[in-house]
Amino acid sequence: MLIDGRFPAGGHTNSAGVEAAARIGDVRDDATLERYLIGRVATTGKVDAAFCAHVAALTDPTDALLAEIDAEYSARVPSPKLRDASRRFGRQMLRAGSTVWSGPIVDVVARSASGAHQPVVLGAFAAAAGGTPHDAAALSFHHLAAAVTSAAIRLLGLDPMTVAAAQARVGREVDQWMVDADSWATSPVAELPACGGSLTEILAEDHGRWDARLFVA
Amino acid sequence: MPPHDIPHDNFLQDSAPLGRADVETRRALRVGIGGPVGSGKTTLVGALCALLRDGLSIVVVTNDIFTSEDADALREAAALPTERIVAVETGCCPHTAIRDDIAANLDAVEQLEKLHGDVDLTLVESGGDNLTAIFSRGLVDVQIFVLDTAGGDDVPRKGGPGVAMADLLVINKVDLAQYVGSDVDRMLSDARDRRDGRPVIPTSLVDQLGARDVAEWVTAQIAARRR
Repeated sequence: MLIDGRFPAGGHTNSAGVEAAARIGDVRDDATLERYLIGRVATTGKVDAAFCAHVAALTDPTDALLAEIDAEYSARVPSPKLRDASRRFGRQMLRAGSTVWSGPIVDVVARSASGAHQPVVLGAFAAAAGGTPHDAAALSFHHLAAAVTSAAIRLLGLDPMTVAAAQARVGREVDQWMVDADSWATSPVAELPACGGSLTEILAEDHGRWDARLFVA
Repeated sequence: MPPHDIPHDNFLQDSAPLGRADVETRRALRVGIGGPVGSGKTTLVGALCALLRDGLSIVVVTNDIFTSEDADALREAAALPTERIVAVETGCCPHTAIRDDIAANLDAVEQLEKLHGDVDLTLVESGGDNLTAIFSRGLVDVQIFVLDTAGGDDVPRKGGPGVAMADLLVINKVDLAQYVGSDVDRMLSDARDRRDGRPVIPTSLVDQLGARDVAEWVTAQIAARRR
């Protein structure tokens, strides 16, 4: 259910930056979409997957630990608009997921003082649903790729068949990084990847100030 | 200022979502307003706010593609302060946002109600959509579907979930019937045939008083909820 784009957590309102990238012409056809997708999974995608795997591996989650994870993740997302969007998606996923899964990690995440970020909530539910940190990381990459591709199909009218093929090609690239999932699970949170993309953050700030938009981010 | 941002800057981030437990305890009646593009949803929202705001605490969540110009027009018509109206992004899927995946709307509704505390009436306006769109019961308590007389007098006959299942069907712009060759009586009788006794109200929202019957229906729904 966590894989399914129809799970009612508001994922359909996330373009993962595609709405802003399309406006400046950075994403305009199949080739530029694939380039954008590779760029995203290699940067913010890796950061999100690492945090997601890390949370899914927590054996003794505490409020203090979650606060530290929150601070570390927030530091990797310089754009206030993007941090707000991440917390909003986290809140929405928490609402939907809490009707299905429960457990100590879900309880701690739910009472997170500032409202948990989306990868943190996803990691918690992946664990509560019986998934491994490896599963959590794969889920996180999949959510990003699905957000990018479905938004591009809706905004640019791209052919969903060729976009699906592009998503599969990028997915095979991502498979090579999945060997890192075990180290993301066990390494100190401060040492998780911090390789977000600066253009992602800048475009998100611009997008957040648009007069009218179709996607949250 | 972008309309999406206005209340969000005030939103509290310090608590988990309310979940389903609040259905029995919350004060506000949540009313969905749906219908095709241009049928008069935004005008109806403005008129309802203007007619009811003196007696009720109202907030509005709109799913329309919402520019500052739209926001200003609605605020002017509704005479509601800025922090009581918020626009939700629907990811190009207005029907999904009110039916299949209500997360973004529910989040906005809960945050607005929490922010203002005393809300009696929450109006959720859908983006203009086709005849199959309908609000989830998880998002609203009752729903109004708005049709345009000039959109074709065969529409009530076609039916669909909005026409058949909405708690109130409004057939708007009846003043245009004579110019477009629409038969309002036939629209009303076709609609009633499809609706199993649920009400149908013809309106002409050229001025806000045209929404009086709808406002009375909404007031009755609030009273029924509190009984």
